[in-house]
Amino acid sequence: MESYALLLAATLNAGTVLAIAALGLLINEKAGVVNLGAEGMMLCAALAGFATVVHSGSDWLGFAAGMGAGALLAALFGVLVIWLNTNQYATGLALSLFGLGFSAFAGIGYVQAKLPERVQHHIPWLGDIPWLGPALFRQHPLVYATMLFCAALIWWLYRTRAGLVLRSVGESPESAHALGYPVRRIRLLAVVTGGALCGLSGAYLSVVYTPLWVEGMVAGKGWIALALTTFATWRPSRALLGAYLFGGVTMLQFHLQSVGVDVPSQWMTMLPYLATILVLALISRNPAWIRINKPASLGRPFHPGA
Amino acid sequence: MSDPHKRSLLKLAALTAIAAVTLAGCGKKEEAAPAASAPAAPAKAEPLKVAFAYVGPVGDGGWTFAHDNGRKAVEKEFGDKVVTSFVEKVPESADAERVIRDMVGQGNQLIFGTTFGYMEPMLKVAADNKGVKFEHATGYKTADNMRTYDSRTYEGAYMAGVIAGAMTKNNTLGVVGSIPIPEVIRNINSFTLGAQSVNPKIKTKVVWVNEWFNPPKETEAATALINGGADVLMQNTDSSAVLQTAEKMGKRAFGWDSDMTAYGPKAHLGSAVINWGPYYVKAVRDALEGKWATGQTWWGVKEGAIDMVSLAADVPEATKQKVDAIRAGLKDGSHVIWKGPIVGQDGKEVLAKDAVADDKFLGGINFYIKGVEGKIPGGK
Amino acid sequence: MLELKLEARPQPSRFWSYGSPLLALALTTALGAVLFALLGKNPVQGLLVFFWEPVKSGYALGELMVKATPLLLIALGLAVCFRSNVWNIGAEGQFIIGAVFASGMALLADRDTGRWIVPLILLAGVAGGMVWAGLTAVLRDRFNANEILVSLMLVYVADMVLNYLVYGPWKDPMGYNFPQTKTFELVTQIPRLMPGSRVSIGLLLALLGAGALWLFLFRTRAGLAQQVGGLAPAAARYAGFSSRRALWTALLVSGAAAGLAGALEVAGPIGQLTPYVPAGYGFAAIIVAFVGRLHPVAMVFSAVLLSMFYIGGELAQSRLGLPKSITGVFQGLLLFTLLACDTLINYRLRRSAGSH
Repeated sequence: MESYALLLAATLNAGTVLAIAALGLLINEKAGVVNLGAEGMMLCAALAGFATVVHSGSDWLGFAAGMGAGALLAALFGVLVIWLNTNQYATGLALSLFGLGFSAFAGIGYVQAKLPERVQHHIPWLGDIPWLGPALFRQHPLVYATMLFCAALIWWLYRTRAGLVLRSVGESPESAHALGYPVRRIRLLAVVTGGALCGLSGAYLSVVYTPLWVEGMVAGKGWIALALTTFATWRPSRALLGAYLFGGVTMLQFHLQSVGVDVPSQWMTMLPYLATILVLALISRNPAWIRINKPASLGRPFHPGA
Repeated sequence: MSDPHKRSLLKLAALTAIAAVTLAGCGKKEEAAPAASAPAAPAKAEPLKVAFAYVGPVGDGGWTFAHDNGRKAVEKEFGDKVVTSFVEKVPESADAERVIRDMVGQGNQLIFGTTFGYMEPMLKVAADNKGVKFEHATGYKTADNMRTYDSRTYEGAYMAGVIAGAMTKNNTLGVVGSIPIPEVIRNINSFTLGAQSVNPKIKTKVVWVNEWFNPPKETEAATALINGGADVLMQNTDSSAVLQTAEKMGKRAFGWDSDMTAYGPKAHLGSAVINWGPYYVKAVRDALEGKWATGQTWWGVKEGAIDMVSLAADVPEATKQKVDAIRAGLKDGSHVIWKGPIVGQDGKEVLAKDAVADDKFLGGINFYIKGVEGKIPGGK
Repeated sequence: MLELKLEARPQPSRFWSYGSPLLALALTTALGAVLFALLGKNPVQGLLVFFWEPVKSGYALGELMVKATPLLLIALGLAVCFRSNVWNIGAEGQFIIGAVFASGMALLADRDTGRWIVPLILLAGVAGGMVWAGLTAVLRDRFNANEILVSLMLVYVADMVLNYLVYGPWKDPMGYNFPQTKTFELVTQIPRLMPGSRVSIGLLLALLGAGALWLFLFRTRAGLAQQVGGLAPAAARYAGFSSRRALWTALLVSGAAAGLAGALEVAGPIGQLTPYVPAGYGFAAIIVAFVGRLHPVAMVFSAVLLSMFYIGGELAQSRLGLPKSITGVFQGLLLFTLLACDTLINYRLRRSAGSH
């Protein structure tokens, strides 16, 4: 029984990495921009965060550095895609590739470095509740912050005027433009915010989750996060749940291996990916549902006054 | 800017690009001439060119790092009698052949391939270049000018097992497995044998990541093992993630391939290190003195290639002495790890009483011994 | 204050359609030279390693072609997809399954099998790639599941299928339990184009494929239907083109191409099925496709160019002591500059004397 509490705890931790990035990418896509460069941004941010903690000893500075790196790369992407109208998919891929190579290159000196001792977190009193305590209340603060952020995002997107403006930019930039909103600047803001969140996710990965730096360490999580936004049909709560689902199945397959389940480990490793496809297929079955939720201008360039 | 103006600007840019490439080409031709004549020059006390092909980055702190330390030992030993070079992150695919051929083309006389997947490419290049000597790590095919070498990592795993058996509080050990090849399965078994020799009640759980190097996955695997009850971990993967996870969760673990004490000071029990220096120095000396001959070498504690280092302060004195005794026994041949009776998972004897396993037996191990839980992926 | 404005051109500039890649290459080269200088290496030497060494001898050219062939083949298939607005990111998975099917066929051969097995192996690879891409197509067709996500997830699944086979049922019984199939019989080897080089007939197939694609895209009604069907489904329906057929054609064609590349790789330079068959070609081909602007002839050049970057990156290590990651930096730079320069095709840079 105890091990299931720990499994749940591990799920929340693993899912948080994906969730932060997925929520950031969701903000992007709500404004109508697809940024396939998530992997590259996360990698550069992971390096930036790690290096900052090595030199300064402060985790929070590391997170800030990661967010900055992500935002910077996203801004570069944004200028190309929003002002020069380059193809969003191609530009995103270029960013991914560049980020991979650049972080590997710049990070060479940090591969053997190590961080100051990582702390085990434990909410006083709550963390001592049998079963629930270890399951839910011994996480890094960012895990809880992510859940709060998701709730805040939902409120902001659907209950505030600013959120409405963002969504309308994503649905119909032409109309928003006609109404006088600075569409391109709003898109850029969304892209930069999304990049900062991807950056935070990358920094969390290298500073808290697996506290070391090695090239390519994001190992595909950026792509998974992208997949999750589609999987979530662009609704934040679904993105969060999807992230936990994916993280959970990943931890589950290792757990099952350790318990000695008699299935080849390769099939187990496939589980999270198959699960994602299956749930996606079930969700997408209703095309009307997709049409309602997908930002109509997603992926398409916007020409003001064309 | 007017159109004609821009057009001419573009023409200029294009011409510049073409000019640059042409100039570069001209420059190269001059360089090409001396390079071509170099091999023709008589080899009179010219340094021996030695090249290394690595599968990972030299900074991985694990497998490739250990090999590169071996290369540096060669440089230190032979000074200007050798010139070493390396190419890192050479994938175990069709690319490897090209890289190795290029090493030959660059005039290297002795080439080391440091991972199993280079076996076929090296064989092909060796067949085409009979005058060059090839050394292949962890493989099993040889040729007149290609030999294999390996290290008895299972000896390090055994010693780790002895310590683990003494330190575990709940008799549950865990191993983060990389790829289910015989070497790794042998290590898991040897780890278990070592632990059983001091604590017959232990059991070993295994989780496979199906990769040599993937720190986030290694972290997740280690977490799953600890959540499943293991309190001492060993790994066969190449990063320090497992040790760091143990550190974070208050359990114990071992370093692997190189000394990993710094990555988890509280969790670290000891590191099973590989020291390629002695073999590399011998191989280069063989080549320099004309004594190089094909064969299969498998070095362990006896030759200084394997060791268990940096034991933690809280390991009981009796255990430390036992490890020292084993080390001495391996050095003088009096201690044999794989000596019967050894029983498989199904209870059937795989090694009769007092029978000593030979290298052939050890090389083909594809079964778990009793005490290891689970099934080998793809195994019978 | 001088302000630069982007002004839409009345029609795309033909001049810049050709000029843009050249400018991008020039910019990347310049940035590369700066990068080398900053790293303390001779910039000219650095550029030589990337642009001259990979082509300086017959053998080098052969290796370049060996690398470029799978890239080109996969890119040709991807071009059909991307031109139809079908975003197949999972060509790597189709490559893997193509290699798997081809290996299955090759393993059936024994020493006395005739040469006729070679085309069968290639066909098996094609079939494998099509089956895998078909999975993505079915999920998009029937369940409306986004093909980017599905094809990408299937890459990981394909990798595990490969792993399962080489560790389990297909493992070489004489192979000391190492994860690989037995080496394929010599008779299954894809014929080489010339002795002394590893270039196979795959190169010819790729070039033929480029020609066929050109004809298809620009000279046939079906090709037009394909692109319209994908890009503008409503218009397509009006004109009688089926967007559903466009989807299936796109995915099956690109799956076939990727599968063929997988078969050529596994029955060619490698000669057995190993866990290392996935080499990232499926992803690199996406870049090849874009840099070649989805045009068959241009993609031939971009495949060669990207191969030069790969090989140059390997050589940069041994010649200059540069880390391998520099290849990724170059490729990323090239793509970025190309995308930026491409703007000039549709927009003019106008300097407007600030009137504010």
